[in-house]
Amino acid sequence: MNIHDQSRWNKIKSWMIISLFIILISLLGYVIGMLYGSPVPGFVLAIFGALLYSLLMYFQGDSIILATTGAREVTKKEYPYLFHTVEGLAIAAGVPTPKAYVIEDTALNAFATGRDPKHASITVTTGLLNKMNRQELEGVIAHEMSHIKNFDIRMMMLTAVFVGITILLSDFLLRSFLWGGNRDRDNNQLTIILIIIGIILAILAPLIGEMIKLAVSRRREYLADADGALLTRNPEGLASALEKIKQDPDPLVDKANKATAHLFISTPFRKSEGFVTRLFATHPPLDDRIKLLRSM
Amino acid sequence: MNPVWWIAIIGGAIVLIAIVIYNSLVRIKNQVENSWAQIDVQLKRRFDLIPNLIETVKGYAKHEKGVLEGITQARTAFMGAKSPKEMAKAENMLEGTLKTLFAVSENYPKLQANENFLQLQEELSGTESKIAYARQHYNDMVMEYNTKVQTFPTNMFAKLFSFAEKELFETPEAERQNVKVQF
Repeated sequence: MNIHDQSRWNKIKSWMIISLFIILISLLGYVIGMLYGSPVPGFVLAIFGALLYSLLMYFQGDSIILATTGAREVTKKEYPYLFHTVEGLAIAAGVPTPKAYVIEDTALNAFATGRDPKHASITVTTGLLNKMNRQELEGVIAHEMSHIKNFDIRMMMLTAVFVGITILLSDFLLRSFLWGGNRDRDNNQLTIILIIIGIILAILAPLIGEMIKLAVSRRREYLADADGALLTRNPEGLASALEKIKQDPDPLVDKANKATAHLFISTPFRKSEGFVTRLFATHPPLDDRIKLLRSM
Repeated sequence: MNPVWWIAIIGGAIVLIAIVIYNSLVRIKNQVENSWAQIDVQLKRRFDLIPNLIETVKGYAKHEKGVLEGITQARTAFMGAKSPKEMAKAENMLEGTLKTLFAVSENYPKLQANENFLQLQEELSGTESKIAYARQHYNDMVMEYNTKVQTFPTNMFAKLFSFAEKELFETPEAERQNVKVQF
């Protein structure tokens, strides 16, 4: 698959994710509406809410992600070194220069976000800036630049904001089912069934969100590693950067959460081994990535 | 159906395909030209930085006249270069003298501590790698363009509309050798 196919696929998948989200939310609205005796208004309200949210997130999702991760836009004067690297690799990739952001955090991590290459940004932690040499930083930025070039960023941004709101909503719903709802109504069989369906949906929703995130994230990292290596013509730069990330005792980015985890170049949570964690991880194991890069 | 209709439909389809292919050729040709311009932008940027650099160094390292003159010479040679070969030669000269300058500058702690100098040094090495990346991108684009011009069926239309193959930007022979640092 070349870069054009990849970006076309990403655009299609972005639309699919938006549709899936709207369908899921409107169904949820229907079920909740049913519980309160008016399914159609619930459905309509939910569809409008989901549409509005999707529109808002399509244009503003990156700012919200940047804000929640505590990233701050920096000027060329403050970080000339970072800027030159970003500019150089934007030239190499043939995309407009993305904006540069920095997170004040000792962890070694980075991510890119935005809706297309014209509206994109690259964020790195100050820890990464301090501990990587030029080649390694180039490797990391090239990896992020590939995410930008092939429209991974659009998909990943949408996934982040949708997973975020789904987790929030189902949390809220589960609580209102458990503690509130229509206690004073007749407790006939239908309501009980509906409540059960509601609870199932409330539990299912984040799971679906989780699955989407998995489906989109892991292969993507391998691809961005390969494309990034092609940009710098130096796979060793990124390999050695990943090696440093692996050996770093503090992988934690303080302000990362479940919804934004898949954006980062390496998982922002504590490392844990084992089959199950591997199965549910958003990132492929660093060792595999390093091995692949070194065999290029 | 009337055979005239068939001819009309097939003819129309061919015209449509020709339009699509022609447009895609124009698009990628413009990309190639744009990436060529990008190299120029970066080269120019580097040459704009040099007078500044010389001014800064002059104040600290008066004994390094030879090096500074070499840089000025290379810059003048580049400005007057007419053929790509001359340009490459001047560029190579410049790269060599710049390396010498930065090596020599290690002997001047005050210069090394000068904020302005450090900034210029970072700026220059940043521009240096941007030049390399701009060339690389140009070559990538040329390769994509040439593949399109050479492969079937685009090649027929490329010939028809006279889209010629483009040349890759080759590193001149002299530049492939290691640059000598003179003291």
